[in-house]
Amino acid sequence: MGDILAVLIDGTIYASWLFIIAAGLTIVYGVMRILNMAHGSLYALGAYAAASLVGTWIRGGHPPLFSYALLLAAAVAVGLVFGPLIERGILRVVYGRDEIVMVLVTYALFLILEDAIKLVWGVESYFVSEPYALLGTVEIGPLTYPVYSAALVLAAAGTGVGLRWGIYRTRYGKLLVAVIHDREIAAALGIDVRKVFLVTFTLGTMLAALGGALTAPTVSVVPGMGVETIVLAFAVVVVGGLGSMPGAALGSLIVGLVRSAAVHFFPQVELFSIYLVMALVLLLRPRGLFVAAEARKI
Amino acid sequence: MKRLDRTTVALLASLAALLASGPLLPRWALFLLTVSLAKGLVVLGLLLLMRTGLVSFGQGLYFAVGAYAAGMMPAADGLLLLLGGGIAAGAVAALCGLLLARYRGIFFAMLSLAFSMILYGLLVKTSALGSTDGFNVQARALALVPAGGPHGRYALFALTAAAASIAAFALHRFFASHLGRLAPAVRDNELRVEYMGASVRNVVHLNLVVAGVLAGLGGALTALAVGHIDPEMAYWTTSGEFVFVAILSGTASVLAPFLGAIVLELLRSFAYEYSPNTWQLVVGASMLLVILFLPSGLWSLFSRWRKALR
Repeated sequence: MGDILAVLIDGTIYASWLFIIAAGLTIVYGVMRILNMAHGSLYALGAYAAASLVGTWIRGGHPPLFSYALLLAAAVAVGLVFGPLIERGILRVVYGRDEIVMVLVTYALFLILEDAIKLVWGVESYFVSEPYALLGTVEIGPLTYPVYSAALVLAAAGTGVGLRWGIYRTRYGKLLVAVIHDREIAAALGIDVRKVFLVTFTLGTMLAALGGALTAPTVSVVPGMGVETIVLAFAVVVVGGLGSMPGAALGSLIVGLVRSAAVHFFPQVELFSIYLVMALVLLLRPRGLFVAAEARKI
Repeated sequence: MKRLDRTTVALLASLAALLASGPLLPRWALFLLTVSLAKGLVVLGLLLLMRTGLVSFGQGLYFAVGAYAAGMMPAADGLLLLLGGGIAAGAVAALCGLLLARYRGIFFAMLSLAFSMILYGLLVKTSALGSTDGFNVQARALALVPAGGPHGRYALFALTAAAASIAAFALHRFFASHLGRLAPAVRDNELRVEYMGASVRNVVHLNLVVAGVLAGLGGALTALAVGHIDPEMAYWTTSGEFVFVAILSGTASVLAPFLGAIVLELLRSFAYEYSPNTWQLVVGASMLLVILFLPSGLWSLFSRWRKALR
């Protein structure tokens, strides 16, 4: 019984982390049709920025309680700097090319960012555990969990609700939906598609960075942390259906639970259980769980 | 006798040049060329897939299968190991192809990536195969020449060059065949290919298996050349590197992948020498530049040059 509870809790925590990252990936794909391979590097950038900011803050002897705001500020800053930089600087040039070309362009970006991070932050690892340690732990039955994990779950839920509200309840969100459905008609109706793209990519970058910033206190921030994250996020969005927000949520839960079950019961299959699930889902639903088949054009 | 076409002549000439220059080259250059040609074989398979309109981010799967099969076989001769690697990778490709042949575009890319990551996960957890460390591979002989020493190294180089040339020639002929010409048709419009009475799925599946065999051969040769294999061969960044070479070379000629692979290995050697921490940056930036300014790859420089001469 305790095992199953542990699997459920661990799975939910892991799923929350995955969802924040996958949400950014899926919204960028949904609106712009770009599967962003550099998403993992943006995640790493968020983690590094958070580690530096919070680290400097704590070392300066300032009240550690404020570091939570700094985590968020780091994510927003990374989003506001790198989102427009990448979208205006590089992606804009290749719009209209094949989807697979977009994958290659963002793959090139991934390679560039990975080394750029190493050049700026060096190859040593960074620790900022204060925000994590500050909250203490809580006991659920026989198990002890850090309260910070609960905060992570809340942050993921907040992200999900916020995105849903933003997309379906605000004017800007409705413009976004129009662009998702038909880019050309939306443009013909006077929607500034270029601006929508810019905002979407910035938002996606911010979400990736937020995932990284929230992870930074729980791990050591090291080079290469984005490499594995990006393939995990891919698995999530492919399971849920590319471009679908509910898909990203369900995909995160499935992947999160499968992984934590694997860790608890069959640790030797942990690494590939996720990809096995992804392959199985694609076998049954070729476009993921939440995306309907498209009509073929002759 | 029919006149040989230009690609065949170029192939024969480069094979002869490679074999002749082999004994004169310093050890590092011989090694670099061997590895480049072996990896060029993998990229040749990608070229075949790209002609069909598919980009695989999982060729590392067959690359690793070929290498591990060669490493695990009890046979003593490298030639047999090579065959074993190719057959094993082809068999895996045939199996994965049952599923992969249904997908296109990024779904194909992602699913092939997932398959290679499954193998990576398996290899990392298999302590009998050395987990993350992998293990050493050593053939006792290569096509009856004892391995090791200058003769062994040259034999491996010659074997790789021969395998690369034969594969390139076979693909060159295949591209001109009825079945081979279906591939670009599948890329352009699948439904019309079906209307013509050909099976798109079979075409894709066949191309997947051929690409798999080529990647397996490349993997086995790389294993023999490097003398060591580890799960990194199946990691998605390895596959990404093959995609990079394919983009760099372009799909215009069967010779292009080998040229691209040599350029990459040269770049890598110099980058490691002078600035080891910016190696990926150089690769990424050159990939961006190629995509932006040379969408048909380095090979298109040749055709432009030829046009300008006329």
